Amino acid sequence: MMEALKARKYLQFLLLIAVFLLMYFFIPRSESSLLWRLPPLLNWLPLTINNAVEFLMNDWWPIEVWDPDIEEFEQKPLLREITRSISGVVLFMIEFVREILLGGVKTIVTFTSWDWVTENQWAKWPGLPWTVVAGGAAILGYALSGIGLAVFAGLALVYIAVFGQWEPSMQTLSFVLIAAPIAILLGLLLGLWAFKSKRVEKIMDPLLNVAQIVPHFSYLIPVMVFFGIGDHAGAIATIIFATPPMVRLTLLGLKKVPPEVQEAGLMSGCTNWQLLRRVMIPTARRDILIGVNQVIMQCLAMVVIASLIGAKGLGNDLLIALNRLRIGLALEIGICIVLIAIVLDRLSLAWANKQTDYFADESFKQKHKYSLMFLLVFVVGVALAFLGSFIFKKEFNYLYLIPHNKGITTEAFWQAGVDWLWDTFFYTLKAFNEWFIVDVLIPIKEAFLGMPVIATFTLAMGAGFIVGGIRSALIVGGLLLFIALTDWWDRALITTYLMSVAVVISSILGITIGTLCAQNKTTTRFILTVCDTLQTFPSFIYLIPVMMLFGVTDTSVLIAIVVFATIPATRYTVEGLRSVPEALHDAGSMSGVNRLQRWLSIELPMSFPHIALGINQTVVFALSMVIIGALIGTDDLGQLILKSLSDKAGVGNGLILGLCVAFIGLAIDQILRTWANQRKQALGMD
Amino acid sequence: MKTVAGKRCKSASDTLHQYETELKKPMASEAKYQNEPVIRCESVYKIFGDNAKRMLKDSNGVVDAAKFQKADCIVGVNNASFEVYPGELLIIMGLSGSGKSTLLRCISRLTDATAGKIFIEGEDILTMNNKKLIQLRRSKMGMVFQSFALLPHKTVLENIAFPLQVKGVSTPDSIQRAKEMIDLVSLSGRENYFPRQLSGGQQQRVGIARSLAIEPDIWFLDEPFSALDPLIRKEMQDEFLRLQGVLSKTILFVTHDFDEALRLADRIAIMKDGIIEQLDTPANIVLNPATEYVRKFTEEVPREKVLKIETVMNAYDPAEDIADLKISKDAIIETVAEVVLNSDKPVSIVDSTGQIVGMVRSSDVVNLLFGGRSNNTTGTTS
Repeated sequence: MMEALKARKYLQFLLLIAVFLLMYFFIPRSESSLLWRLPPLLNWLPLTINNAVEFLMNDWWPIEVWDPDIEEFEQKPLLREITRSISGVVLFMIEFVREILLGGVKTIVTFTSWDWVTENQWAKWPGLPWTVVAGGAAILGYALSGIGLAVFAGLALVYIAVFGQWEPSMQTLSFVLIAAPIAILLGLLLGLWAFKSKRVEKIMDPLLNVAQIVPHFSYLIPVMVFFGIGDHAGAIATIIFATPPMVRLTLLGLKKVPPEVQEAGLMSGCTNWQLLRRVMIPTARRDILIGVNQVIMQCLAMVVIASLIGAKGLGNDLLIALNRLRIGLALEIGICIVLIAIVLDRLSLAWANKQTDYFADESFKQKHKYSLMFLLVFVVGVALAFLGSFIFKKEFNYLYLIPHNKGITTEAFWQAGVDWLWDTFFYTLKAFNEWFIVDVLIPIKEAFLGMPVIATFTLAMGAGFIVGGIRSALIVGGLLLFIALTDWWDRALITTYLMSVAVVISSILGITIGTLCAQNKTTTRFILTVCDTLQTFPSFIYLIPVMMLFGVTDTSVLIAIVVFATIPATRYTVEGLRSVPEALHDAGSMSGVNRLQRWLSIELPMSFPHIALGINQTVVFALSMVIIGALIGTDDLGQLILKSLSDKAGVGNGLILGLCVAFIGLAIDQILRTWANQRKQALGMD
Repeated sequence: MKTVAGKRCKSASDTLHQYETELKKPMASEAKYQNEPVIRCESVYKIFGDNAKRMLKDSNGVVDAAKFQKADCIVGVNNASFEVYPGELLIIMGLSGSGKSTLLRCISRLTDATAGKIFIEGEDILTMNNKKLIQLRRSKMGMVFQSFALLPHKTVLENIAFPLQVKGVSTPDSIQRAKEMIDLVSLSGRENYFPRQLSGGQQQRVGIARSLAIEPDIWFLDEPFSALDPLIRKEMQDEFLRLQGVLSKTILFVTHDFDEALRLADRIAIMKDGIIEQLDTPANIVLNPATEYVRKFTEEVPREKVLKIETVMNAYDPAEDIADLKISKDAIIETVAEVVLNSDKPVSIVDSTGQIVGMVRSSDVVNLLFGGRSNNTTGTTS
């Protein structure tokens, strides 16, 4: 009996579930029982953090600072001075780019003063006419890739201009154009540092793990406290959020550079710097590029969230539109965000893949053809804008900058569509919605909330033990203990409930779609393209269409999570199945398996490690979306984080709540990753 | 049908004159040992592990791999001392894990030796600072790698121009030079290909061209042909010999393939567990293996491929009616076997001055080629 148990993992799992169910049904649900809920012993933590932050910002390390206004030295806390200077620099850069695109006076003010600018009305920086920016984007696309990208980039910007989203789009763009390069540079440097020093890598690894699962909102609160509110704060939060994947992928890429290539560089006589810049980084290019790509995606995902702490632009507008339930407008804005995301994504990829031709014997005109083309576009654009000022005397100059919401709009059309949907399917949708919430979601939620704490621990730690032995059990237990000792165990259960339901549905969907599509080459390519494209959409976008159908309910959130989280499940399944060696297929065929047998006994076990990692990603995606769901109303940890944003002393709460979310993710990550690695080793794929 | 190719390739129709050039060659190579060595290693050790230095100090230079292993130290190179002379092709031969690549990397200072001295043209490279080392690599060294190690983001042309560009040569000049190198390794027409678009053999041609771009004096090759198919390998070896014939570099060549070593080497160093078991000419290694390990390697080697004709000749008997044909005593048997076999009279063997020192009957050659095969495992010398 014991031996049978030792040999078979599924028996161990069955036993674990039996124990769990016994505990679930027989442990009394009394508030005083330690088996039911642990006391919130970590209650003091948020307050302590608040006080510490307060101290750091106001009293720690005072320094003498020259104040030019009162012409005296003043005592100021060091940290506040540092954060203030960082804010200043970031804000200046954003404003600078913004004013190139849109015009304004702030850059000039920085070098003179407000008084001077008010006195000299002419001192105003003119923005580039939208025609020039769109033409410039097309030329850039042409120079980097070719006619296809040129048309796409140009049309995308024309769309943005024509639909009256020019101003917020350029605000968003200026913000991304500053945040993304800084995040890329920072990530690259940290990645290099971790590559050079084993110790740094060891310290950085767990931090990166946490950083990638801590929800977006949690970054906002400390940033707000240290850097205040505004575009710069949004940019800084974005940078902090977007850097970890860059670090991780830089490190991964550098580690994958074959040692012989590094040696070849050394033997070619590279200095350390040349080796890094001309050998290591270019060879690790594939992964670093994925990092760059991720950074851009993260930046655009943060566009909406950063608007909560004052970033101007599309995100802000989208949030307002959603809050007013103007779905049509939200859709138009959403398309703008997606367009910017895709254009930046493609441009960055094309730039990295560009190569030089040494053989072409070029004339001056050919060598500078792109600059000359831009010059032409610039002159024509400015001339048009000037001409426009005569044509549209009374109205807005449509050839210069199309003002906000003064373009063509299809909002009415979409709104009509939504209305029609509502009118036609109101009862069907409502009935489904009610049924789903009352008969499916609420019972599951109740079941999650009805778990005694000891049962949850037994289940989680038991799973950890079966998969990864005592070490995994302790890690999982430790992570859960932290959550259990805060005030928010119940909220965490609600988060887990939403996430679990979504992950189960997403995994089933993803594995099914992935398996079906992996059957032949065309569908494989198709599904990978679809995944690529869907991944470029900022997560927030997924909320728009579901809100169209189901309004502000748990159903909407759940569907958005499922759609979003199915992407990694599908992608990893396809890639897992594709990685099964051809020889194994042949061996299977020669053993006389049919399709189903082949899938069950060859493909699925061989691709299991991949799929497990896919489910792991699904969990991460789902968690982040659950928290974003707070914006349209849930009652889990996310909602509390959102609330602590508007709380004066919310830093401590926000941070601890963020960690709670991260720890849920990390606990699951621990189990799934250990499992995947074991299978990998067992299958000899390491 | 026997294939005869390579360095000592001669067909039966070759004239005596050519055998006389063959005859001069060993003299030339002996002369080169009179010069100052290009590379000199003195008791080089390379031991991996955190406390390698301390362990080595305690052991007084007598390194026992098993003992070191217990202290988490892995012995890579164990007391290697040897010299490489200008224009010489020294092959370091050993099975995987024998430390041959580690030794090569110590000499190119891709890894730092744990102890010992390595001189390149009289300069101790272990005490060189980074700047000087880079200078040395930029001016004197080239290296070819087993896995080609081409930069995946650069074209063939850019890869070859790379060592010149990091040196600071202007783009047009480096590209011009790279084009010449492409012609040298017969890759014209593929300048703008990326490494991934080339076959293994073509990739290694690029690797060779890159390593030669700065015109190095010292050429390191780390199992350059091991990753290639047998046919391509053969072709690349021929190509290598052709290049060496034109360029005559000082070469350190690492391989695990004994046949390759025999085919290419002036001298061979056989390594096992970090120790150089024997360093000698191919013929001497086959004739007088220094250790049991070396003997095992050599016993399957076809003698005619490494032995000189003098090892099978008989004392010259003026009474015998001998053929007009004269063969240098230093000719490799394989290359002259057909001539001897086709001659119905004994063939005379001459030394470098043309003096007859012996004669060979076809039966002697037949004996060497086919005789003794059955008891090959018992005898080590013929």
